[in-house]
Amino acid sequence: MSDASLNQASTAQPGEAGFGDFFALLKPRVMVLVVFTALVGLLAAPVALHPVEALATILFIAVGGGAAGALNMWWESDIDAVMKRTARRPIPAGKVTRDEAFAFGITLAAFSVVMLWLATNALAAAILAFTIFFYVVIYTIGLKRWTPQNIVIGGAAGAFPPMIGWAAATGTVSLESVLMFALIFMWTPPHFWALALFMRGDYDNAGVPMLTVTHGRRATRIHILVYTVLLAALALGAGFTQIGGPVYLAVALVFNALFLRDAVAIWRRDEAMAEADNYRVEKRAFRLSLWYLFAHFTAILAEAALRGAGLGGWA
Amino acid sequence: MSFREEHELHKRRFGRNLGLGLVLAGFVALVFGLTVAKVSTEDFRMPTQQGEGY
Repeated sequence: MSDASLNQASTAQPGEAGFGDFFALLKPRVMVLVVFTALVGLLAAPVALHPVEALATILFIAVGGGAAGALNMWWESDIDAVMKRTARRPIPAGKVTRDEAFAFGITLAAFSVVMLWLATNALAAAILAFTIFFYVVIYTIGLKRWTPQNIVIGGAAGAFPPMIGWAAATGTVSLESVLMFALIFMWTPPHFWALALFMRGDYDNAGVPMLTVTHGRRATRIHILVYTVLLAALALGAGFTQIGGPVYLAVALVFNALFLRDAVAIWRRDEAMAEADNYRVEKRAFRLSLWYLFAHFTAILAEAALRGAGLGGWA
Repeated sequence: MSFREEHELHKRRFGRNLGLGLVLAGFVALVFGLTVAKVSTEDFRMPTQQGEGY
């Protein structure tokens, strides 16, 4: 931990944080992705929950995801303080103490798992508990600071929400939910490595072994291309399974073509070219990756809705 | 006599307490709604009906 971060952290007084500071601990922007993918998993399932049960399910998954975010900020307050992107988070900004963040996170984690169990079933609650454990213990505490593959393995934590939504509705894990998991899992590395390419200074300063730091930017560009090709194969292949159909396949064709175009462009560029235009292509690929995931899950939802009306899928 | 102007800290505490109060009220409403939803399902049975010989 740097002197600067120690000084900043010491300005927080217990019990004086505002409501918004605690809300910020839940990583609301990440929560949007969690809520959306969990909702698709829930609505695409062949079993319909009562609307109140569905609302409760999404809320408790969101709270569980937020709890994992709070525990992540508790553990990473030292590196958050030295990274420009995260220096304004509640702990390094001196608004919430580390102890408060830990108590808040662990309480909400237990609360969300128990409530999801009561609202739905034990399997959904167990996957939520495992997701929180995976994100906090395996990724944040374990992998992130010692392996450049942190993003690859840690990406699993963000891939579980649709599986939880599906399990909440059906009480099972099936091929469909595994495919949705795989889609997010394969999407995460190129998404974060594109970010790491134009935010490298941050990770350098924090000592986080991102691929850009440990293996260099050339290797990162190659990794982005390889993972994007694998992702495209998976995303297009999923179009011919139970979650796919003509609508999904059309969306997948467009977005995978765009994402592949950017991945190839990133691979062909060197640092001089990237710096010359201020990482225009890398930033475009990062923004596109957000739309990519949103479009695929919207298409999965559309196929499920069409199936409900007897129109979706290939049958 | 006039009251002293409220310190920023008091406003922050009030905001936090108000926010927490609203969250708790929402939670109560959600649990109530969940209870109604669960007892309204066809497969719901009263506990006394679950065991034989009661």
